[in-house]
Formats: sequence, C-alpha cells, structure tokens
Amino acid sequence: MQWGSLAEFFAMGGYGLYVWPSFGVTALCMGGEVIAVWRRHAAAAGSRDES
Amino acid sequence: MSATDINWFKYSSPQAFYPLAGRMIPWFAAIALGLIGVGLYIGFFVAPTDVTQGDAYRIIFVHVPAAWMSMFLYVIMAIWAGLGLGLNARPSFMMAQAIAPTGAMFTFLALFTGSMWGKPTWGAWWVWDARLTSELILLFQYIGIILLRSSIDDLRRADRASAVLALVGVINVPIIYFSVRWWNTLHQGASVSITAAPTMAGTMVTAMLVMMFGFWMYSIAVTLARMRCVIVERERQPSWGKPASMPDVVEAR
Amino acid sequence: MSQPSMSEALRGVVRRDLLLAMRHRSDVAMSVFFVVIVASLFPLGVGPEPAVLRMIASGVLWVTALLACLLSLGRLFTADYLDGVLEQTLLIPQPLAVLVVGKVFSHWVISGLPVVLLSPLLGLQFGLSGDSLWVLTLSLLLGTPTLSMIGAVGAALTLGLRGSGLLVALLVLPLFIPVLIFGAGAVTNSLAGIGSEANLSLLGACFLLSLASAPWATAVALRIALE
Repeated sequence: MQWGSLAEFFAMGGYGLYVWPSFGVTALCMGGEVIAVWRRHAAAAGSRDES
Repeated sequence: MSATDINWFKYSSPQAFYPLAGRMIPWFAAIALGLIGVGLYIGFFVAPTDVTQGDAYRIIFVHVPAAWMSMFLYVIMAIWAGLGLGLNARPSFMMAQAIAPTGAMFTFLALFTGSMWGKPTWGAWWVWDARLTSELILLFQYIGIILLRSSIDDLRRADRASAVLALVGVINVPIIYFSVRWWNTLHQGASVSITAAPTMAGTMVTAMLVMMFGFWMYSIAVTLARMRCVIVERERQPSWGKPASMPDVVEAR
Repeated sequence: MSQPSMSEALRGVVRRDLLLAMRHRSDVAMSVFFVVIVASLFPLGVGPEPAVLRMIASGVLWVTALLACLLSLGRLFTADYLDGVLEQTLLIPQPLAVLVVGKVFSHWVISGLPVVLLSPLLGLQFGLSGDSLWVLTLSLLLGTPTLSMIGAVGAALTLGLRGSGLLVALLVLPLFIPVLIFGAGAVTNSLAGIGSEANLSLLGACFLLSLASAPWATAVALRIALE
C-alpha cells in the first residue's frame, strides 16, 4: 500500500481533479452504455412479445 | 450425425445466434469485470508514482486502453462490413452496426482522458499532437457511419452504404495518421507529443495491458448484447431475406 | 452501329455534362464568387495586418477551395438522379467507374478549375508572391480534382437522402484532411523557403490513389443507392 491515508489517495499527488474525473467519466460512459443496451433490449423484446 | 459434430454455420442465422450470444454475454461480462478490477488495483496500489508526471500519469490506465479499443473496434467493424459486402451476408452487417456505438464511445473517452492528461502534463486542455488529432478524426468517421445509417430508411441500402463508408474510412485511418504526423513535423515547435511518456515501470505496463484486455472483453459483451437488440428489432421490420412466417427465436442445440 | 468504346463513352459523358453546364453558366460563377467572398471574410474577421494574412493564407485559401468543392457536390449526381438519367447510366455496358470519372471531370471543370485559375489573384490579396503563388496554384490544380473524386463517393452514398448536404460534409471532410494537409503544407513550406516538392509529390500521390480507387467506390455506392 503506497498511500499514506485515504486523503492522500483522493488527492493523487495534487492531480486528483484530473485523475478522478477521467476514471469517473469512463465508468459513467461504460456503465451508461450497458444500461442503454439493456433498456434497448427490453424495449425491443417487450414489444415483440406484444405482437 | 454424431453428437460431437457442431455445424458452426447454423450460428450465422440470427435465430440461432441470438440464444448463443445470450449465453456468452455473462461470461465476457464477468471476465471483463475481473480484469478491470485487477487492472485498477495494480494501477492504483501497486504501480509507483511517476518521477516526472506524478500521479497524473495514472490516467493512461484508461486513456491508452480506450484509444486502442477505438482503433481496434474500427478495424473489426470494417472487416465485418467487408464480409457483409463480399458474402452478401446480413448478419455481418448487423455485427458492424452493433460495434459502431461502442467504438465511438471509446474514441470519445480517449479524447476526454487525453485532454485530462494533457492539462496537468503539458498545460493545455487540447494539444494538436498527432495521436490526439488522429483520434479526433476517427471520432468524425465513427459519427459519419452512425449518422449515415440512421439517415437511410431502407435497411438493405443502410447496411451496404455504411459498409462502404466503413471500408473507405479504414483505408483513410493510416493515411490520416501519416499525414497528421507529417503536419506535426511541418509545424515543429508548436506541438508536443502527449505520448512521449517516460519509460514505464513494469507494473505500469502490466496494469495498462490488463485494463486493455478488460476493455476488450467488455466490448465483446456489449457488442453481443447490442447485436441481440438489432436482431430483435429487425425481426419486426420488413426486411429482405426474412422468411414469410416469423419463427420464435429457438434454442440452438 | 458497333459498340462504343470506353473512351467514346467517356467523351460522351463529358461532352453532355459540359453542354448542360453551358446552359447554366451561373454554376461556374457560383463557385468563383463563393471562394472570393469567403476568402474576403477572413481578413475582415482577423484584421488586415499583412504578416498575419500571409501566415494564414495557405490554410484559408485551401479551406475555402475545399468548402467550395464540398458545396458543389450536391450538383454532381442530383440532377441526373431526379430525372432518371442516372438509372439509365447504370445500364450502359461500359464500366460505371469510367463514366464516373467522366462526370467528376466535367464537374471539376465547372466548379474546381475556375477556383484554380482564380487562386493567384486571391493569393495576392493575402500577400503571397512569386514562388508561393505558383505553388498555391499548382497545389490546387492537383488537389481540387482529388477532392472532387473523393467527394463523389460521399455524394453517391448520400444520393437522394434528406439533409444530404450536411451529411455529405460529415462523411467527406475526414477524407479531405490529408489532401488539405499536403496542399496547404506545400504553400506554407514555400513561404518558409523550404522546398515544397515533398508536399506536392504527396499531393500527386493522393491524386493517383484517388483516381485508382474513388471512381470504383463511387460506382459501388451508386449501385447501392439505386438498387
């Protein structure tokens, strides 16, 4: 473990404002994509069953 | 026919591919989550702080995998497009259609994280270096393919037109890269290379590679899932080559 | 009557298109005036300082020519498409790619060549002189037919689609970028005193590559659009 404390971990040597949004947006996009495809499938398969 | 004989070609029909994809997705998703988890752990808790760039360099653990996937997926998409045109195979076109949005997303991520990395490292939110500029143009190409498809109502024409565009675009990718590097050297001094990273420690490389494979597995899972959506959506649309009666999606044996 | 040869078919296409263009001479004027007006916008926007204008000249003039080509693509196939001639053209026994070369050539004569001929004057407006004017003209002479050929692929892909004007721009601009880089780079180099042969050679290579591949891709795209 190279981080002295949780605060140090979040600070990322002063670059926290760049590092965390990068990972955050990445996680958001990938998670969002999964959700979008999930919903698309529900919509497509759902209306198929109606016919 | 013996029980061990598998007729792989039957999976080229959407009806058979659908359940197969459904069974494969959880595996790829699980592997993806595992790899990404391991990669993040190594990246944050094992890889040391960089001497020149401090902890800002850790952005490469998402930037490089995203950039690599964006280019890799474009080539794969173009291959499926070419197969579709060459074999006149509808499922190939559907695969190309399923890949495009994920590729575009990774291109955007590569640009965003690249910008985030550039600001603390080089002082500017955007640098016109060869790699980032090529990535930007790749995003334009992805968007063009997606928009072209959505502008054409006829499914067959949409498939084939976006396939042609994908193939033209894949030829353009190396030309773009070469010409942008040329342009960079032409205007020396005004540009810095964001990828002139210092020599990376072994653990850094490991984390990056693990993340890359994680993103790859993720892409497969999402593409398969989107492919299933495309299959179901097309079943409902009047499309060419569809049998007169619509059988239920069967479990392939 | 014997089967017409490929060159005869080619000449036939070119002759017809040029004849039609003669009846609408405004088409030629439109490209020219567009380039003149847009090129004038930049000094108005940036300021008349000669040093600045000379620095941006190569990029501005090249982008202007590029946009003129882009905007004229709508006229490449649309008229023939709307009155059914294009469908007939697909049925001609000669290779469609050859006929496409004919169409693109006449289109370039109408929209691109006037811009090339006008470019020295525009270059003077931006403070270019001597060698760089010559390089500008030469680069446009090589570049504009290349842009037309590449643009034809986009025009064919978006044939008859609503909103095709903007869409063709999105599709085609990434393909234009290498030509822009080499073309404007040639002029920039010439201004800087470095030789422009490398850029011009690359431009020539782009021209040959597009001549070898774009008409064929356009033919494929036309068939896709019309089947």
